[in-house]
Amino acid sequence: MTTRRWPLRGVVLLYLAILIGLPVVFMVYKALQHGFGPFWSQLTQPGSMGALRLSVEIVAIAVPVNTIVGVGAALLIARHHFIGKRAFDTAFDIPVAVSPVILGVALILAYSRIGWFGGPLLRAGIMVLFSPLGLVLATMAVSLPYVLRSIVPVLIEVGTEQEEAARTLGAGRFRTFFNVTLPSIRWAVAYGVTLTTARTLGEFGAVLVVSGNISGRTQTFPIFIYDDWDQRFDTLGAYAGALLLALISMAVLFALAMLRKRERRLRVDLA
Amino acid sequence: MSISLKRLSKRYGSTHAVDDVSAEITHGSLTAILGPSGSGKSTLLKLISGLEAPDEGRVIIDGEDVTDVDPRHRDIGFCFQSYAPFRHMNVAKNVGFGLKVRKRSASEIDTRVKELLALVKLEDKAARYPSQLSGGERQRMALARALAIEPRVLLLDEPFGALDAVVRQELRQWVKVLHEQIQVTTVLVTHDQQEAMEVADQLIVMRAGKVVQSGNPLALYESPSTDFVHEFLGPSTIFGGVVTRPHDLELVSVYEGAIKGRITSIVSLGFEAQVTVELSDGTTTWVQLSRNELSKMGLRVALLVGVRRRSESADF
Repeated sequence: MTTRRWPLRGVVLLYLAILIGLPVVFMVYKALQHGFGPFWSQLTQPGSMGALRLSVEIVAIAVPVNTIVGVGAALLIARHHFIGKRAFDTAFDIPVAVSPVILGVALILAYSRIGWFGGPLLRAGIMVLFSPLGLVLATMAVSLPYVLRSIVPVLIEVGTEQEEAARTLGAGRFRTFFNVTLPSIRWAVAYGVTLTTARTLGEFGAVLVVSGNISGRTQTFPIFIYDDWDQRFDTLGAYAGALLLALISMAVLFALAMLRKRERRLRVDLA
Repeated sequence: MSISLKRLSKRYGSTHAVDDVSAEITHGSLTAILGPSGSGKSTLLKLISGLEAPDEGRVIIDGEDVTDVDPRHRDIGFCFQSYAPFRHMNVAKNVGFGLKVRKRSASEIDTRVKELLALVKLEDKAARYPSQLSGGERQRMALARALAIEPRVLLLDEPFGALDAVVRQELRQWVKVLHEQIQVTTVLVTHDQQEAMEVADQLIVMRAGKVVQSGNPLALYESPSTDFVHEFLGPSTIFGGVVTRPHDLELVSVYEGAIKGRITSIVSLGFEAQVTVELSDGTTTWVQLSRNELSKMGLRVALLVGVRRRSESADF
């Protein structure tokens, strides 16, 4: 059996190597080719730090907002019946189904001077496009479904009986949510938050369209990396930035994997 | 506390899950709602608890109309068929949940939880999580959790359904004793007539959303109002066109003026025997005999016998 599986294994490994392994190895090599010093100074230059700070700020707003919206929408979908539920459910998948660039263009159309919301908002002194606000909106749009999609199946699988039991024991909605529902979906929430964070941090297409790419103001870290590569021909800067971004994402995934493992050891799931 | 159900109805789409049900459940009784699956018995329990709202009718607990009262204010102990343990809380936290909701002090909760765990014999399992308990232990934890809030009424949905035969038998006895100990009005739902007869002092038999008959178990067994109740509550056979208990029939010699027939099979179950007889009128019936009767009469397949109803005096 094992011997016969070797060819298949080999093909899969080769495939992974071509797609992910070799590019990553090459990136790591290039980033650290001249030692840690140049790598570090590339990352700590003001432009890079500014872009990184902006990306972190976007994460700090978009992830909590999308988490709250995602949990709320998941509860609506898993626990309630209402007219148009299917359409509501599907609407959350639009951001992943269409290209981020299309989302960006749609936002431009809606919020530009001639758009439905853009005109009135501009007259009120609020500029959405080419501003951090636009970046946050675009980022929230592309990372909308991740929390929701992680939670809904778990909510359905857990069922309503624990919540009903809490209710007969006298618990109100808030207590039931925080003491019964939320703990039973916490790993799904954590998983969704991780995916949202990864997507938010790395988002490029939609953000590029609405940002106007104003250096130091609307330039997020991924756009900065792209500019290093494409505009400034600074390959070391690009490799360094990409490596940092990849490391952050891997750290997040690794932390989650560890937490899940610990949780499983602590409390074997009910059959 | 007594429970009074007045003309309750509940529909799901076009199905009448509960159809114009009225019943009186007396204070301190242990009542079993008995019926085949799909008879509406679990729905009726949910209507009493308030987890489902009736389309029509009223639920009255201890004289108070609670039809429009949210389940969280009904003071009801509800045990789910799956026990619905809070999986992320240990046994003590599960049992203390209702008291914590009621904002009792930590020391009071601690004392009460200890008492309850002693009552359900889970003292040494306080720090365990539900996943580390056996089915029977989970069931007892669910009972303790429901009892913690000192409910007016205890409602149990198929309480022994998910347990293996030995544990089920133990728990039945234990619930009966517990009920005598704490005297709280208890309603349980079951599809198992033996379980209902053994545990309950009152039966409500349901079929297709309606109550067919209610009363004390022996009375229902002795004088069922319909063939359905007759067949549902115990072994039955048809003799002379009437549903009869097979132990109310006897076999006699073929010359004794009874309906004649030929034995087609004899199944010995150790303490009793089931003798199937093809009668001269073309129908088939079966007779339940004790082991002694069987050996005394020297019965065998193909023997011609007479079948008749046991006389009143022969019953005892």
